[in-house]
Amino acid sequence: MAESETPKLDELEKGPWPSFVSEIKRAAENAPNKHMAQDLLRQLERSYNDKIGHWKHGGIVGVKGYGGGVIGRYSDLPEEFPGVAEFHTFRVNQPSGWFYTTEKLRQLCEVWEKHGSGLTNMHGATGDIILLGAPTAELQPCFDDLAEIGFDLGGSGSDMRTPSCCVGPGRCEYACIDTLDLLYNITMEYQDELHRPMFPYKSKIKISGCPNDCVAAVPRSDISIIGTWRDNIRIDPDAVAEYANNGIDIQAEVVDMCPTGCMSWDAETKTLTIDNAECNRCMHCINLMPKALRPGVERGATIMVGGKAPIVHGALLSWVIVPFMKMEPPYTEFKELLEKIWEWWDENGKMRERLGELINRLGMRSFLKAVGLPPVPQMVKVPRANPYYFWDPEEVRKNGH
Amino acid sequence: MATRTDFGPPYYKDMLPPVVQKNYGQWKYHERIKPGVLKHVAESGDELYTVRVGSPRLVSTFWIKDVCDIADEFCDGYLRFTSRHNLEFLVSDKDKVEPLLEHLKAKGYVVGGTGHSVSNPVHTQGWIHCHTPATDASGIVKAVMDELFEYFVDWKLPAYCRVALACCLNMCGAVHCSDIAILGIHRLPPVIDHDTVRAKCEIPNVIAACPTGAIRPDPKNKSLKVNEERCMYCGNCYTMCPGMPLADPQGDGVSIWVGGKISSARTPPKFSRLVIPYLPNNPPRWPEVTSAVKNIIETWAKHARKHERMGEWIERIGWERFFELTGIPFTMQLIDDFTLAPETYRSTPAFKW
Ligand code: HEM
Ligand code: HEM
Ligand code: SF4
Ligand code: SF4
Ligand code: SF4
Ligand code: SF4
Repeated sequence: MAESETPKLDELEKGPWPSFVSEIKRAAENAPNKHMAQDLLRQLERSYNDKIGHWKHGGIVGVKGYGGGVIGRYSDLPEEFPGVAEFHTFRVNQPSGWFYTTEKLRQLCEVWEKHGSGLTNMHGATGDIILLGAPTAELQPCFDDLAEIGFDLGGSGSDMRTPSCCVGPGRCEYACIDTLDLLYNITMEYQDELHRPMFPYKSKIKISGCPNDCVAAVPRSDISIIGTWRDNIRIDPDAVAEYANNGIDIQAEVVDMCPTGCMSWDAETKTLTIDNAECNRCMHCINLMPKALRPGVERGATIMVGGKAPIVHGALLSWVIVPFMKMEPPYTEFKELLEKIWEWWDENGKMRERLGELINRLGMRSFLKAVGLPPVPQMVKVPRANPYYFWDPEEVRKNGH
Repeated sequence: MATRTDFGPPYYKDMLPPVVQKNYGQWKYHERIKPGVLKHVAESGDELYTVRVGSPRLVSTFWIKDVCDIADEFCDGYLRFTSRHNLEFLVSDKDKVEPLLEHLKAKGYVVGGTGHSVSNPVHTQGWIHCHTPATDASGIVKAVMDELFEYFVDWKLPAYCRVALACCLNMCGAVHCSDIAILGIHRLPPVIDHDTVRAKCEIPNVIAACPTGAIRPDPKNKSLKVNEERCMYCGNCYTMCPGMPLADPQGDGVSIWVGGKISSARTPPKFSRLVIPYLPNNPPRWPEVTSAVKNIIETWAKHARKHERMGEWIERIGWERFFELTGIPFTMQLIDDFTLAPETYRSTPAFKW
C-alpha cells in the first residue's frame, strides 16, 4: 500500500467523535471536483506540520447585485496546491430554525457538487449554511443555480449579518414569541441591509424565544430579542406532585435555587407556591419541571443591544433597553425602533465601531435620547456610584431651581 | 436571464414537518427520555421525538445526502440542525424511535448532547479556511470530543457544559460566554512587510484599528511601526492590513477560559475567564489542551452541586479554591490590565486559603 500523504490528519480519523478528516476524504474520493478536497487535505497536512495557516489575506470577490455573502479565500501555496488556489466561501441564508426538507437539501448538494468542492459547514456560527471552496469563475454560475432552487445569500462585511433564531414554537413549549416568523419577517424586510454593506461595521440580530437564550443572542448580537412574559407562571399542581414523587427534591433543587427566593414548598401537602410579583423570570424552575410550570400568557420580548465578541475594544453582553415589547406581526414597533437604532449608529459610528462600543463612547444617555426610550430601573444592574453626571443647562434654567 | 436577487431564504413553513405545522406554538411540555432523545408533547396530545446527533460541522455533500436518506426513512423527509452544529431527527411515530437509534448506531452516528452533557462545541475555521488563525479549529474539537465522548453520550455531569473554540481573538464563534472556551492566541507582535503596507494599506485606518495605540507612522519607510511593548497580539491591524501578519509557529497556541454562561437561569449571563494563558499547538491531537479541558470538567463534576454550572460552582467556592482544586498555576497573565481591569480586583480581605 502506498504511504499516506497525510499521516497527521489520518490520526484524526481515529476515535469515537465523527471526523471532519473523513468528510474531507469522502469529497476527495467521490466529489465531481475532487481535486479541491484533495488539495485541501494536502495543504492542511502542511499546516499541521508547519503549525501555521496557509491562506492569504482576503480578496474581494462576489456575485452580481450583491455587496456581501461571498468571502474570498486564496492559498498562499497555489503552485503546490492548485486545487485550493481559489477556494472561496458562500454564506447561504438558512431557513428559520434550520428546518429542511430532504428534497431542498439534496438540491443544494447537487448545485454545490457541480460548482464547488462539495464541502460545507452545517452551519457557520452566525447561522448561515457555509459552502466551503469554489473558484472565482464558478461564483456567478453557482449563485445562479442557488437562486434557481430558492437559496439566497447571507451577509458579510459591514452589513446586517444573517439573523438567526432558536427553534421556538416549532418545537419548544417555552417560546414566548414566534421566533421563526419574526426572523423570516425581519430577513425579508431588510434584504438590502443584508446584501449591501453600508453600515459602519457588522450588525447582528438574534432571536431567542425565552431567557434560556439557546442561540446566544445576548453575548453575540448587537440587537438581541429575548422572549419573556409579564404575568404569572402557570402551575399545574398535579404535575408538581408527580415530579416530587418521581425523584426531584423540590425544596433543594427548585425552591432553594430560585434566585429571588420567591417560591415555597409545602412537602406535607405537596403544594408549590410562587410569589409571582417577585419572580424575575430566570427560567430555572420551569427548566426543571416543564410539565408542571409554564411561562405566563401575556407574552412579548425584552429588547437588548450592544452584545459582541472582543474585537475591537473588548467583549460586551447586550444591555436591556426595552424590558417588554409586544411582538406580533407585522412587528411595526420593533422595526421602528431598529431603524432608529441603525440610523443613530450609522450617523455617529466610526469605521469598525459596533453598536455597543458606540454606546460606550457617547454614553447610554445619548443613545436613549436619540432613539426615544425613557429610563427605567430594569436597564441597570445598579445605579451609578460616581457623582460625574450631566444636566441640560437650559432645563436647569427653565425650571428655576 | 438576469439573476433575481433579494428573494430571501426558503420559507420556513415549507420546511416544517407536518406534526410541527399542526402543533406550531402549541407544545405543552417535554421530557428527556434518555441521553440524546427528547419527547415533546403538544396540547393536541401529539408526540414528537427528537434524536440529536453530533456532527463534525465540516461535512461533505455525501454526509448530507446520507442523513437525508435516514430522514426519508424515519422522519417523512424532514430534519433540522441546532444552534450548536448538531443534527436533529424529528420522529412523530414512537415506534420508529428505537429502530432509528439502532440504525444510527449501526451506521456509526453519535447520539447525545442533551441534558447534563457536553454538547457539540461551537467552533470556527482554523487552518482549514481562514487567514488569521493562531490554531486549527476542527482538529482540536475532534481531539477534545474524543476525550470527552462519554460526557456527550451520557448524563454524568452536574449540569450541562458548553465547550466552544475560536481560532483567533476575532472569536467568530463568540465563545466568550462558554463553560469552557478554547481560544487560539498569538504571542508575538506583527512582522511588518513595508512593501505590502505601502501597496495595500490605508495607514490612518490601520493606526486607528489598534486598541492600545501601539501603531505609529514610519515616515522614513512611508509605512508603519509597532511599539512592541504595547502590542497584545490582537490582530486588529492584520485584519485591516495584510502587511502586518502575526502568525508564528512558535508564538501561536491556545488559551483556556472557563465559567461563562448564556442563559439567565438562576444567575445572569457571564463571561468566561482566563485560567490558562497558553498551551502549545501540538497537532494532530493537542494532548496538552485535551488533558487541561478534561481536568477542568472532571474537577467541576466531582465538586459541584447538582444543577450548578461551571461558573456558578466557581463563584460559590471562590477562584482561589478553583486553582487549588484543578492544580492550575496562577500566572501574571490572569490578572486583567485592559480597560475594565479594576472591576476584577478584589476589594475585600475576605477570601480563602
Ligand atoms: C430544560 C430546559 C431547556 C429546554 C427545554 C431547552 C430547549 C432547547 C431547544 C429546543 C434547543 C434547540 C434550539 C435550536 O437549535 O434552535 C436547545 C438548544 C440549546 N439550548 Fe436549550 N433548552 C433548555 C435550557 C437551556 C439552557 C438553560 C441553556 C443555557 C445556556 C440552553 C442553551 C442551549 C444551547 C446552547 C443550545 C444549542 C444546543 C445544541 O445543539 O447542543 N438551553 N435548547
Ligand atoms: C473583527 C472581527 C472579526 C473578523 C475580522 C472576522 C473575520 C472572519 C473571517 C475572515 C472569516 C472567514 C473565515 C473563512 O475564510 O471561512 C470569518 C468567518 C466567520 N465569522 Fe468572523 N470575524 C470577526 C468577528 C466575528 C464575530 C464576532 C462573529 C460572531 C459572533 C463572527 C462570525 C463568523 C462566522 C459565523 C464565520 C463563518 C465561519 C464559521 O462559522 O467558522 N465573526 N470571520
Ligand atoms: S431559547 Fe427558550 S424558547 Fe428558544 S429553544 Fe431555547 S428554551 Fe426554547
Ligand atoms: S423563574 Fe426563576 S425567579 Fe421565577 S420562580 Fe422560577 S426560579 Fe424563581
Ligand atoms: S476566529 Fe479568527 S481565525 Fe477563526 S475563523 Fe474567525 S477570524 Fe478566522
Ligand atoms: S496586534 Fe493588536 S495590539 Fe498589536 S499592533 Fe496590531 S492592533 Fe495593535
